[in-house]
Amino acid sequence: MKNWLSRYVSTAWMTGVFLFLYMPLLFMVVFSFNSTRQDAVFTGFSLRWYEALTRDTKIVEGFWLSLQVATAAGVASAVLATFAAFVLVRYRRFPGRTLFSGMVNAPLVMPEVVIGLSLLLLMVGVQNAFGWPQRGMLTIVLGHTLLGMAYGMVVIQSRLLEVDRAIEEAAMDLGARPIQVFFLVTMPHIMPAILAAYLLAFTLSFDDVVISEFLSGPGVNTLPQVIFGYARRGINPTIYAAATLLIVSVTLVVIFYSVWVSRQTRRRERDIAAATQTEIAALQPK
Amino acid sequence: MTSYALKMPGRRLVIGIPFTWLVLFFLLPFLILLYISFVDMGNDISPFKPIWDSNTGLLKLKYENYLSIFRSADGGGLFKTIYIEAYLRSIWYALCTAVLCLLMGYPFSYFIARSRASVRPALLMMVMLPFWTSFLLRVYAWKGILADQGVINQVLMALGFIDEPILMLYTDVSMLVGMTYVYLPFMILPLYANLVKMDFRLLEAAYDLGASPFKAFWLVTVPLSKAGIIAGFMLVFIPSVGEFVIPSLLGGPENIMIGRVVWDEMFTSNNWPRASALAVVMIGLIVIPLALYYYYTGDPAEKKI
Repeated sequence: MKNWLSRYVSTAWMTGVFLFLYMPLLFMVVFSFNSTRQDAVFTGFSLRWYEALTRDTKIVEGFWLSLQVATAAGVASAVLATFAAFVLVRYRRFPGRTLFSGMVNAPLVMPEVVIGLSLLLLMVGVQNAFGWPQRGMLTIVLGHTLLGMAYGMVVIQSRLLEVDRAIEEAAMDLGARPIQVFFLVTMPHIMPAILAAYLLAFTLSFDDVVISEFLSGPGVNTLPQVIFGYARRGINPTIYAAATLLIVSVTLVVIFYSVWVSRQTRRRERDIAAATQTEIAALQPK
Repeated sequence: MTSYALKMPGRRLVIGIPFTWLVLFFLLPFLILLYISFVDMGNDISPFKPIWDSNTGLLKLKYENYLSIFRSADGGGLFKTIYIEAYLRSIWYALCTAVLCLLMGYPFSYFIARSRASVRPALLMMVMLPFWTSFLLRVYAWKGILADQGVINQVLMALGFIDEPILMLYTDVSMLVGMTYVYLPFMILPLYANLVKMDFRLLEAAYDLGASPFKAFWLVTVPLSKAGIIAGFMLVFIPSVGEFVIPSLLGGPENIMIGRVVWDEMFTSNNWPRASALAVVMIGLIVIPLALYYYYTGDPAEKKI
């Protein structure tokens, strides 16, 4: 009896929380197909907001800019995060390590407003001194990379800690140079994490409003900035259409990524099993 | 066992690249922020002025930038400025958000941790999935849901519960719904990670020794999950304090938080030194709870995750 009750409560609670988490997404998907600007009543199915979306030059331009910014920031973050994670995990002692570890982690807890403001001050200072760079795409990419690197580092660090150092030692003993060990042994091991770091940095960048608002110049607006501008003015179903497209693509990417990771894991397990089999076979007395 | 990393020929380069990058784009901007917060801008357009006397070479800091945060200029009392109000409001909202996330997320994480091991990854994936879709858009959706003519009001009116729409948008309600919604996963994940490792046989032992379910929960489960609660609380509280987007979209003029005030000071009043001073104080607000957090859990950088 009691067991039955507790199961009932737990199912109800979980359903409630999931409803809360998914309600806004569901809401936007449904109302992106609404035939009128109405927000609470579904008046009929139509694709007019999707059509409006393709005709909205600000959104389309913002989308391309965001795509470029996020790609650049994602790549830069993944590379720098790999460096930073490698340094933190493998060099336990070097001058300035505490400072380094603090600087890598700090953007995780810094309010974005503070990051945006301080980077803006740097950019303005540099621009005053050298007349370059103009605030625009480059400065946004720099800001996003700072954030993406911090998050990416956490992901790569946890994976790097799991790498079996004995394999690296074995590679060294077999005559591989350190650089070769990194590229042939360590990197393939942490590749899923590097990819995850890239995706995370890409998403953060593609989603960021605050840092972009501080660092973008006149006429340079990323997609979130355009949407933020619209959103403050009121209800606009065109945004729901954009949201629906985004929700669908994110879901697809997440599904593909998890399939890829589980397939990688299974293949590795199979390879290890096969290698062990061969080993055992070799040890058997003929 | 020494790592091959130590034999790396470009060791200095490997450390130097990320180090230089962080010094240039994290440390230096922060130092500039600190510098500007002491500048006397006067009527100049550029805040990049020396903070020392050009004749004597002595430092000439303008503490006024900080003092004006705490003391109102027109003879009002100490701590009665719009800045202090905004700070207090930000802390209040962040605390409420963290408490709401805990109330909602604790049972949820507990139930996930106690569900069958085979369904757990799928449930966690379902928690994470909204997190990967645009934060801005998810916040924006609440605008349509909570509006006077929005879904909730329309449904309640259609069902006959209310005659007039309830005012929810641009109030504390919409602020807290939005903030709880956005930060809930930050509470659920650390709590889950903690609860899933708990030895549930300890609960059975408590039952066997005659504890009621409530007592067992309060005396066994909660203390064991203390680290998870603190971690979740911090992960929600810290970003909530600096929240910028949610008050802009879901809050009214009454709900302005400190992030917005910094922005206005910077771009509307063009008072860069004061904006910088406000940001420095804001960092202080974050550092205090963070120091407490490290005190309780240890440095995460040193911990093997």
